[in-house]
Amino acid sequence: MKQSGNILFSGVGGQGILLASELTAYAQLAAGFDVKKSEVHGMAQRGGSVVAHLRYGEKIYSPLIEPGKADIQVAFEELEAARYLPYLHKNSAVVVNTQKILPPAVATGKTSYPTNILDELRNRDIRVVALDAFAVARDIGELRTANVVMVGAMSHFLAVSPQIFLEVIDQRVKQQFREVNKKAFAAGRDLVNA
Amino acid sequence: MSFNSEESLWLSGNEAIALGAWEAGVQVASGYPGTPSTEILENLSTYDGVYTEWAPNEKVGLEVALGASFAGVRALATMKHVGLNVAADPLFTASYTGGRGGLVVLTADDPEMHSSQNEQDNRNYAFAAKLPMLEPSDPAEARDMLVRAFELSEQYDTPVLFRITTRIAHVKGVVQKGARAELASPSIEKIPGKFVMLPGPARVRRGEVEKRMIAMRAHAETLEINTIEEGDTRRGFITSGVPYNYVKEAFPDAAVLKLGMVWPLPAGKIADFAARVEELIIVEELDPFLETHIKAMGISCRGKELIPAQGELNSFIVRKAIDPGSIGEIFAPLDLPMRPPNMCAGCPHRGLFYCLSKMKDVFVSGDIGCYTLGFLPPLSAMDTCVCMGASVTVAHGMAKALGKEGEGRLVAVLGDSTFMHSGITGLVNSVYNDSYTTVIILDNRITAMTGHQHNPASGCTIKGEPANAIDFEQLCRAVGVKRITVVNPHDIDETRRVLKEEVAIPETTVVISRAPCVLLPSEIKRKKPLYYTNTDNCTGCRACVNLGCPAISWTPLTPEEAVEKGYREKQQGFAMITEVQCNGCGQCACVCKFDAITLKEEE
Repeated sequence: MKQSGNILFSGVGGQGILLASELTAYAQLAAGFDVKKSEVHGMAQRGGSVVAHLRYGEKIYSPLIEPGKADIQVAFEELEAARYLPYLHKNSAVVVNTQKILPPAVATGKTSYPTNILDELRNRDIRVVALDAFAVARDIGELRTANVVMVGAMSHFLAVSPQIFLEVIDQRVKQQFREVNKKAFAAGRDLVNA
Repeated sequence: MSFNSEESLWLSGNEAIALGAWEAGVQVASGYPGTPSTEILENLSTYDGVYTEWAPNEKVGLEVALGASFAGVRALATMKHVGLNVAADPLFTASYTGGRGGLVVLTADDPEMHSSQNEQDNRNYAFAAKLPMLEPSDPAEARDMLVRAFELSEQYDTPVLFRITTRIAHVKGVVQKGARAELASPSIEKIPGKFVMLPGPARVRRGEVEKRMIAMRAHAETLEINTIEEGDTRRGFITSGVPYNYVKEAFPDAAVLKLGMVWPLPAGKIADFAARVEELIIVEELDPFLETHIKAMGISCRGKELIPAQGELNSFIVRKAIDPGSIGEIFAPLDLPMRPPNMCAGCPHRGLFYCLSKMKDVFVSGDIGCYTLGFLPPLSAMDTCVCMGASVTVAHGMAKALGKEGEGRLVAVLGDSTFMHSGITGLVNSVYNDSYTTVIILDNRITAMTGHQHNPASGCTIKGEPANAIDFEQLCRAVGVKRITVVNPHDIDETRRVLKEEVAIPETTVVISRAPCVLLPSEIKRKKPLYYTNTDNCTGCRACVNLGCPAISWTPLTPEEAVEKGYREKQQGFAMITEVQCNGCGQCACVCKFDAITLKEEE
């Protein structure tokens, strides 16, 4: 099992990054790792670009991932997948939700949303897994599980067994949402395995 | 640190501090919300056996905590770094009085200004106010050290400053929990020589402060939170707080002196450590605080000539600063459209700022809150932002400088919580000194930017229980304001009319722009009117787009596309409401002159 790693979560304020990063952290804790996670609150939450750093290993000091050291990025929006490129390295895995949320300058017609932005990552030997997490979540019957679909897809790149994630969902998610979230996790994971 | 769920918890630094405060037996805690400190009191308010409150500002919060300490119980005051400026008045004299129960004053600094107007380094307050300061490096230490801070406070009869930064407050880590200390019994005790700081007793206490700091300096030499970690002595580091982690990541084998108490400093320990290492480097965020004092001890070291004195550090910056050759190639960032924060869809502030943006001749003196985002394009309707409450007073100062020239052109804009915090004294000044400025209170019924904390006007306590609510109209009338108008900022036409009228009046006028924050639970639950875009009627005038609402997007068109869609050839695009994002405020329908935005029922 890989003894340490860095996972970057990125997206737009209000997209559910918090739950996704919490589940991942609890799974790594259950697997016996020390874990630190860093978030920014306040000004950044009003629809701005948001990021959470999660680091795991035998003993973690710094709560921040260094540039060039993120092994995995979970991006909830395309532009926010590309924005944190300096954190990635060759062979990083980026799991990205293909949703496009228009930043103000695009929404007001001042500029356009960049096209083929994920190719910028692929061209740098970064492994990109693009998925429509909303479509998967809709099929499961609960749109709000899109973030857990993303966690399922990301889990493919971690040594932690999927069973641990399912146990964490049992422990951390309200009972009425447990089954649907477990389904969402499995569906996300299957997408990458397929 | 391993995680076994019996004794360990997975907590943010702020949650860990709340836990530590409860375990330390804190019985009274007060403060004002401010990122990154807010969640401490929020969390502490969920524990039993401790009184918590939101104060209208940090000075009040610290004085409340001091009072509790005078009554013999342990007390905590929390605030963000700039809040300590507001609380500096009681702080400097509390240094003389000390207390009876332990008193800890927590300052949450914000290097990098993630959510602040400056990045002052509050370690300087420890030096200036002659107070001890502890600084943890992660959530687990924050909990442990807070308990230690109360012990030191009582042992040395002194308030203890406790400094955290954003990367403690909002970092989650494994924390061990413990038992709650035995609670002190409160009592009234009259100790005038200690509590009445008139010149006579104050001169005596001034001497006590010096004695205390000498004693603490001696204790610092053996204090268990000032630790030497043995290692490679070719390059040794002195560090504290979060930067300690960056040193450990960047130079894991090096010898390190980690200071858990950053004031007063253990001169002997530092000299010993310095003598044992070939090269001494001080790694600290922001000011050369440790470096300055260590150099003053006559010890040779390097610090800010290598490590940036601005912004947040990380292990990459520390490694690069000290060992530039060790850095590999990093992908350059792509040139992408920025995604700054924005007011929410349906935010009442947007309507008010839209109106101000149309009053081109008016100078808008701004303040601190969600509404500071009114500065951003497309509204661009805020011209100053300095500190809490400064909107009112800066506008008044400009008015006095401009005289006739500024009449009808100066407005101050501040939120309900900010008005309570430090807008009232400014308003009193404006009335007293005969200002002609218009003060606009953006009353969205909550302290919104920090995540919905109650305030003296919101009608609820920190626990969400019913409380006395301050009535703004009555308050303004009581201080002598004669013209007070309440408007609904979602009604753009009416708001514009009122603003035009009130700004033109040559006396202090108040406009209360009142509509609840759309993120309030009651608003989220409320069934909202559905607006939709009838794109056939859209002329591409961009009036709605210029509101800057995240629920409205613009689709550009080429002349051919325009003709194909039945528009005039020169129409450059059309606007659309993203219905799932729309909160039904109706501001866009107000500004649309072409019936392209209507209520669903009118379909």
